[in-house]
Amino acid sequence: MTNPGALPTSEVLGEAIGDEAVAHVIEGRSTWQLAWARFRKDRIAMVSAGVIVLVVLVAIFAPVFASLTGHGVNEQFRQTGLNAYGLPEPPSGRFLLGSDDLGRDILVRIAYGARISLFVGVVATLLTVAIGAVLGLMAGYFGGIVDSVIARLVDLVLSLPFLLFAISLVSVTQPGLTIVIVVIGVFGWAAVARIVRGQVLSIREKEYIEAARSLGASAWRIMFVDILPNVLTQLIVYTTLLIPITIVLEATLSYLGLGIPPPTADWGQMIAESQNLYQQAWWFLVFPSAALLITTLAFNLLGDGIRDALDPGLARL
Amino acid sequence: MSPEVLLRAVDVVKHFPVQSSQLRRSREVVHAVDGVSLEIRQGETVGLVGETGCGKSTLARCMARLQDLTSGTIEFEGEDISRRKPRQLGRIRRDMQMIFQDPYGSLNPKRRVGAIIGDPFAIHDIADGKERKRRVQEMMELVGLNPEHYNRFPAEFSGGQRQRIGVARALALKPKLVICDEPVSALDVSIRAQVLNLLVDLQKQLSLTYVFISHDLSVVRHVSDRLLLMYLGKVVESGQSRDLYAHPRHPYANALLSAVPLPDPRKAAEREKIVLAGDVPSPIRPPVACRFHPRCPKAQPRCAEVEPLLEPRLGDPVDHVTACHFPVADGESLRSAQSSLPDDLRVIEPEPTPETVDVVGSVGSSEEADKS
Amino acid sequence: MVRFLIRRIILGVLVMIMVTMLVFGIFFVGDNAETVAYRLAGKNAQLKTVNLIIKRLHLHDPIYVQYWDFLKRLVWHHDLGYSYYGNEPVSTILKQTVPVTLSLAIGAAIIWLVIGVLSGVLSAVRRGSILDRVITTLALFFYSMPTFVLGLMLLFLVSYQLQVRGIRIFPGQGYVGLTQSPLGWLESLTLPWLTLALVSAATYSRLTRGSLLEVLGEDYIRTARAKGLRERRVIFRHGLRSALTPVASQFGIDVGVLVGGAIVTETVFGLPGLGLTAVRAISNGDLPVIIGIVIVASAAVVVANIVMDMVYAFLDPRVRLH
Repeated sequence: MTNPGALPTSEVLGEAIGDEAVAHVIEGRSTWQLAWARFRKDRIAMVSAGVIVLVVLVAIFAPVFASLTGHGVNEQFRQTGLNAYGLPEPPSGRFLLGSDDLGRDILVRIAYGARISLFVGVVATLLTVAIGAVLGLMAGYFGGIVDSVIARLVDLVLSLPFLLFAISLVSVTQPGLTIVIVVIGVFGWAAVARIVRGQVLSIREKEYIEAARSLGASAWRIMFVDILPNVLTQLIVYTTLLIPITIVLEATLSYLGLGIPPPTADWGQMIAESQNLYQQAWWFLVFPSAALLITTLAFNLLGDGIRDALDPGLARL
Repeated sequence: MSPEVLLRAVDVVKHFPVQSSQLRRSREVVHAVDGVSLEIRQGETVGLVGETGCGKSTLARCMARLQDLTSGTIEFEGEDISRRKPRQLGRIRRDMQMIFQDPYGSLNPKRRVGAIIGDPFAIHDIADGKERKRRVQEMMELVGLNPEHYNRFPAEFSGGQRQRIGVARALALKPKLVICDEPVSALDVSIRAQVLNLLVDLQKQLSLTYVFISHDLSVVRHVSDRLLLMYLGKVVESGQSRDLYAHPRHPYANALLSAVPLPDPRKAAEREKIVLAGDVPSPIRPPVACRFHPRCPKAQPRCAEVEPLLEPRLGDPVDHVTACHFPVADGESLRSAQSSLPDDLRVIEPEPTPETVDVVGSVGSSEEADKS
Repeated sequence: MVRFLIRRIILGVLVMIMVTMLVFGIFFVGDNAETVAYRLAGKNAQLKTVNLIIKRLHLHDPIYVQYWDFLKRLVWHHDLGYSYYGNEPVSTILKQTVPVTLSLAIGAAIIWLVIGVLSGVLSAVRRGSILDRVITTLALFFYSMPTFVLGLMLLFLVSYQLQVRGIRIFPGQGYVGLTQSPLGWLESLTLPWLTLALVSAATYSRLTRGSLLEVLGEDYIRTARAKGLRERRVIFRHGLRSALTPVASQFGIDVGVLVGGAIVTETVFGLPGLGLTAVRAISNGDLPVIIGIVIVASAAVVVANIVMDMVYAFLDPRVRLH
């Protein structure tokens, strides 16, 4: 091979590497590229992704629905929208999905309601995950007092019945968009932190972390540049599964009267309003419920698909 | 004029508390390193040898300040770095680097190779952007990797290549001292020579100083100027490589050397095979005085009472020191050694059959079998 | 085992103390005495009442004194507070609601465990078959459904449709006590039970299925089969035991979820339990009631968790050493 004293040059070593090398022809494929390839083959996942895109589009173009039907989102049409007895009108050419108890167009309201659900679902989830991930990283990496405090906090938060405390928090403030997001964040971070902490504890002992320390990397650099990428997969899977949970949580809070206050269009709220009238106006109950159900279902299926794409070893049983 | 001392360790002690799952009242400690002193001079390669559990890796990590010391001092270029916090180590982290053992665990699987090798530049704010990439690729070429593989992941490289990546990362900032912790132990035997040669070449090219840790005497012999042999947290013999191989004084050194495979079957068959009784005792309760006495074929009562100091013995030059009351003279046979220790202080095993030790000496072994 | 229990109880007490601090913090801290008093007085509060509250609860005293009072009243006098809005002690209000919520919760829990685990087992055992696919699809469907939507759907599609056709079984609203009429009790609870149970049953079905499939792939199951044991025995005696441990631990976590689900279900079906009372209290601004409910419910969750931990320790002896 090479003569012993000479420095290894690329061409010479090319041959040596050729013997050793595993796959020097294929370009480096990251976890993400591989996952995307797997995801594309999963029909159900692709369909659910499509549905979500649809919902997002509906949310974005909600005003279009309003202008096309000529019905503003909070406009009450007492003449055309309510019948002689003051009850809502069934689906027709004028009100495609019917009208509600105040003569408002349900189709338009569902479109606007999508905005709230998606916004809260995504923003609250991202907030929760961000807080939980950082705290989990800190607890796992620093250990000691930091870990004890955070871990105890996690245990406490996880043992509290969420809805009950959400009710308490909302009762001392006003219901509204911000408080809903805050409440979800305050209780949701714990589960994320626990998962991240567990992962960090096992990654912390790996040699490449020791190598980073020996290079002089600061604790924060190690946490975010070295540890986080190895936790990211789990984190992403958890996020996609957390979004539908958040959406349902927001809808539930609104249903109970603790969420977005009227007259803002919100699916949970619409469903609550329909409860007294479903016997006369089934569409008022059914359509918002269907919207909620379809969205949640799509996110759950998407979450499953993403999990399978990122980590095929897992639950594809 | 002897070259300057890069690193000096004085009486380094490192004890680990024993993890107790039941009660927390256990005060036992693992005596990983128990009073080791050494000096590393610029330009030399010092070998740190011993079996698993002798404390060499722990000592290395203490020297590199990846671990805190229980007591003792470490000085780097005259500065005492024993008590410094990680943040205060600053410059030291550039001048003293480590090459790790596990090619599969020492590289972050989720990061690209270019980023991994670029870490030292990023951490110490030395170069970024195009300049960083250029220097990273320079390092890759230096260690024999194709610079075009900058964007690949560690998983796409073989074990030997991964070690080269580790070497590139460690040498990126041209450190003064490189501690190599069993750099070839995890590699296939055929690859070891390549990586070892690379290390030797780079030492000449970049004027590096090495601390070379290994359990494999044949590997260390190839690269080291000086050797330190450790047993249960203490140095038992140290000196120039040539001296140590030619005139091993400590019975332990003799035993280890007798187990190193020799290429020449005749020589191997002729060589005296020394098989030690028992295993290395637990570092939680190491034997008193000379830690080797329970297994030593030459042990006398004195060995269990007084701890031998590291001194030149039997007329050795001043830099060849041994910690033994009854060192092995040239030509002395350990086979016929008699230990006068009472039996309760020794590890006694039934006479082992030589075939289990020496694969090459088949002629010898069948003769033995005929005798017994 | 006993030491484990004692440790768990101590932990539970600590948690409860933190809960009281949290509750106290949410409701009493950070605002001046008047604001707090108005809050506690409820809707349509009169100045008279507000001043009375300030005096009674010593709202001008420093926080830690207030907290100590609060704790003393709670633990020593079993005083959960007084509802100024409804003009009764909170404990009285809650006493009537507890049996309702208990009936709902326990009944639903039993149903969801049974349905969940059974369907999960069936699904795992007949893996890949049509039955499996149906069950997994249904599980996914119910898993995605918000509880209140399911409740309303059941009301609409079952109760209402039946009533329209003259069959008056499941009342859409209201609760009939067990002592009043067992049949009425059952009828009034059937749909709520299903509502609360089906969503969770779906989770447990998926969980059991996954867990059992994993366990069935293990070597010791292969050994059991190789020994010639009948399949049913293999599954039930050997496989299920270890497959159930994640289910048991999940159940511990889910007790909190159960509380939330109960709140929603009671609201949908108008069952006068703790949950509905809490929701109504909000619209009335009747905070003392909410405080009382939060404490009672948290205590129930803590106790339930201790019980679950004991069950878990029984199933998996390694836990006791922790």
